[in-house]
Amino acid sequence: MSELNSALEHPTYNYKVVRQFAVMTVVWGIVGMLVGVWIAAQLAWPALNFDLPWTSFGRLRPLHTNAVIFAFGGSALFATSYYVVQRTCQVRLISDKLAAFTFWGWQAVIVLAAITLPLGYTSSKEYAELEWPIDILIAVVWVSYAIVFFGTIARRNTSHIYVANWFYGGFILTVAVLHILNSLAVPVDMTKSYSIYAGTVDAMMQWWYGHNAVGFFLTAGFLGMMYYFVPKQAERPVYSYRLSIVHFWALIAVYIWAGPHHLHYTALPDWAQSLGMVMSVILLAPSWGGMINGMMTLSGAWHKLRTDPILRFLVVSLSFYGMSTFEGPMMSIKTVNALSHYTDWTIGHVHSGALGWVAMISIGSTYHLIPILFGKEKMYSVELINVHFWMSTIGTVLYIASMWVNGIMQGLMWRAYNQDGTLTYTFVESVVASHPGYIVRVAGGAIFFAGMLVMAYNLYMTARRDASEDQPASAAASAA
Amino acid sequence: MDINDLRGLSTLFLMISFIGLCFWAYSSKRKKAFDEAAQLPFADDDMNQRTMREDVRND
Repeated sequence: MSELNSALEHPTYNYKVVRQFAVMTVVWGIVGMLVGVWIAAQLAWPALNFDLPWTSFGRLRPLHTNAVIFAFGGSALFATSYYVVQRTCQVRLISDKLAAFTFWGWQAVIVLAAITLPLGYTSSKEYAELEWPIDILIAVVWVSYAIVFFGTIARRNTSHIYVANWFYGGFILTVAVLHILNSLAVPVDMTKSYSIYAGTVDAMMQWWYGHNAVGFFLTAGFLGMMYYFVPKQAERPVYSYRLSIVHFWALIAVYIWAGPHHLHYTALPDWAQSLGMVMSVILLAPSWGGMINGMMTLSGAWHKLRTDPILRFLVVSLSFYGMSTFEGPMMSIKTVNALSHYTDWTIGHVHSGALGWVAMISIGSTYHLIPILFGKEKMYSVELINVHFWMSTIGTVLYIASMWVNGIMQGLMWRAYNQDGTLTYTFVESVVASHPGYIVRVAGGAIFFAGMLVMAYNLYMTARRDASEDQPASAAASAA
Repeated sequence: MDINDLRGLSTLFLMISFIGLCFWAYSSKRKKAFDEAAQLPFADDDMNQRTMREDVRND
């Protein structure tokens, strides 16, 4: 009874679910990136598919994308959103049980994906490959997530809803709508279904979903991270709170229209292509507004970058964000897209966002979180964070530079004509010319992946110190 | 009045909304409230400390 009273008078946060998701962020990061390095190596040395259906590129590639986006990125988003919403609303999550359900439910989705995708079960929709029973489980987990998150906001002890929660909230709500509408399908049996959309409408739905998975899952959610962890790590409030409000509404209002740029020069009506292009170009403004807001939070504190590798992760992630949100609008211009589309430039662009922005801000935020979640002053080794930072940066730069070279070269080779109108190069000649770039990409990806192993070691040592050094202190505390 | 008028009006509506939003966010009346909101990440250290202590005890 007295314990119950003390819980009411001295409320605490639910750090357990945050800790679980934070640890799984690192675990799934390692798994997802390992598969990424493997399939990158398959493109350089095709024999690495071992001539087996389960390890062929076509089956492992969706495994890689699902693992890094939804398992690694998703776990990072769950962990940080549960942490940020509690701390900025100054209230515990409304339900520990429902929060635990979202953790185990999400892990179940990931394991099911890891089993079904190599076996070849797929709806064949990019970034939405999972078959309908798993889609339903995702929807249930996601609705529970929304209940926990918005329910916690409703019970907050602060008058204002901090801006990071607006971004997390926008991400949760929109992803629910995107996932449910894009995944609508007619089941044939347990492992096969057909989309209710057909033809061009199917393509438009798919890229309305696909690009907003980028816009809301991989951008808005991680901007929520940025608005909490950059100020917190820099120990100063965000540069302009007012700009953050304009940033939020402008970003979510414009992003939703950008999808058609994935369908330039297809059967999609021309006006829809142009609309997608124009909206994508306009998107540069809110994207850079947000990036500048994050960067300028450091004004007057730039010296901290010299000593704090966590802050370095966060700030460099913002520069990659700025870079890829400049590159994206440029590539969505139809004449540029005529050169870049279907080439490796697209893959390079995606990874400048995925490795440089999404992964690096998640890694920085996780390094900020881990000591707190394990009751420690700081990480086991700050020097190893610095090593990880440089491995991530070098890995990302190698990856995107090689894909720029490959992509532009492929685009130019494919469009080269002879005087008599025949093609100058066969397709396979462009593949042969891409080989050196593919090897550089494997090297870049492997370096980035190895950085995650350094992180796992640092995490393990930080968590383990609990057992050895702090044992007497915690024993004394429980005695008291 | 046909569908194209509606399309034109929707552009106008969005533009007015955006300008209105900017005026709302940057009005001097709201400066104090926003400055307070910006401090929220730094306002709950006691509850965080208590959670960290409790977590150690429960482990």
